[in-house]
Amino acid sequence: MSTEIQIILLAFLVACALGVSLTKNLFIAVIIFMGYSSIMAVIWLFLESPDLAITEAAVGAGVDSVLFFLTLKKVHILKGTREG
Amino acid sequence: MKDKKSFWEHLKAWVDGEEVILNADKYIATRTPKESLNWHKFFSVQNVKENKRNYAVLSVGITALFIGIMLSVVDALPEFGSPYNPSNNEVMVRYLEKGIEETGAVNFVAGMILDYRAFDTFGEANVLFLAVMCVVLLLKKDKKNYSAKEEQENQEDDFFDTNEKRPILQIGAKMLAPMVILYGIYVVLNGHLSPGGGFSGGSIIGAGLILYASAYGQKKMQTFFTFKTFTKICAGGLLTYCACKSYSFFTGANHVGYEIPKGIPGNILSAGFILPLNICVGLIVACTMYGFYALFTKGDI
Repeated sequence: MSTEIQIILLAFLVACALGVSLTKNLFIAVIIFMGYSSIMAVIWLFLESPDLAITEAAVGAGVDSVLFFLTLKKVHILKGTREG
Repeated sequence: MKDKKSFWEHLKAWVDGEEVILNADKYIATRTPKESLNWHKFFSVQNVKENKRNYAVLSVGITALFIGIMLSVVDALPEFGSPYNPSNNEVMVRYLEKGIEETGAVNFVAGMILDYRAFDTFGEANVLFLAVMCVVLLLKKDKKNYSAKEEQENQEDDFFDTNEKRPILQIGAKMLAPMVILYGIYVVLNGHLSPGGGFSGGSIIGAGLILYASAYGQKKMQTFFTFKTFTKICAGGLLTYCACKSYSFFTGANHVGYEIPKGIPGNILSAGFILPLNICVGLIVACTMYGFYALFTKGDI
C-alpha cells in the first residue's frame, strides 16, 4: 500500500514540476509550487526524515510562497493590487 | 542593325570611340569595406524581440551543455546503496554507536548538526543573517530614499489596516497565530528529543508572525517587534551561538576536564549545549523570516 501511495505522490510531484514550468500565469505557478512543496513534505515523511518534512512544510509551502507573492507584487505582476 | 549588341561589340565600339559607356561607375569594381560581424547587434538588449531566435538557440544550447555536464557527473558517481561507497565509512558507524552517549540528544539529527557539526550550522545561521542584512540594505526605507508618494501609500495602508473589516482573516489569525507560534516554540524546545529543531521551529514561528502581521497590519506588529528588537535578537542570537560553541577552542576538541553535564537522554534539560543552540538558531530564523516579509511589504520592520 505504501509503495502505491508513494508512486502516486511522485507522479503528482512530476506533474506539479512540469506545471510550474509550463504555466504562463505566474500567480498560478506559485500556487502550483505550494502544492509541490506540500507533496514533497509528505514524501519526506515516507522517506523517514520528519525533520525535513517539517521544514519543507513550513518554509517551502508557507514562507517561500508568501515571499514569491510579495515579489510578484513588487514587480507589478499581480493584478488587483495597487501596484498591479 | 541588331538591337542587342554583344559585350564584345560594345567593347569594340568603345575602343573605336563610337560609343560612350553610360553609368561608367557601375562597371568599376569597387571593394566594399568588409563588414565585420557585429555580434553585439544580435544579442543587444534594445532589440530583444527581433533577436528572440538567437536567445532561444543560445539558451537551449547552454541548458543542454549544463545538463550534459550534470549527467556525466551522475554517471561518474558510485552506485547507489553499494556497501563499498566512500560514504559508508567509520564516521557513520561511530555516530550511530556512540552518538547518544556523546551528545546526549535522542533526536540524533540535532546531535549531529549542533554538536559534531556545530560550526557548519553556525555558518548557515550567518548566511541567513547576511541575507536579511542584504535585504535591509536594499529595501529598507529611510528619510533619504523615501518619496512623498510612497509615504502617502504607506499612510493609506495604515488606514486600511486599522479601519478595514477583514473578519475571516482577522478572526482566523487571532485563533491560529498563537497556536502556530506555540507549536513553533515547542518544536524549538524539543529539538533534541523529537523531530524538528532550530531551523524548522524558527520558520514555523516566523510563519505565525507573518500571519499575524498580514491580518492586523504592521503598525500593530510594531508594538512588540520593532527594528531595534529585530537587530538585537539577530545579533544576540549569533553572538550567543558563537560564545556557546567557541568554548571548544579553549578546552580542546574533546573537552577533557571541562565537560558540560549531558543529563539523562530524554529529559528536556539534557544534551549539553544543544538546547541553547537550538533556541539561538530558532530566534535568528524566526526574525529572518518575519524580516523578509516586513521589508518586502513596507520596507520597514
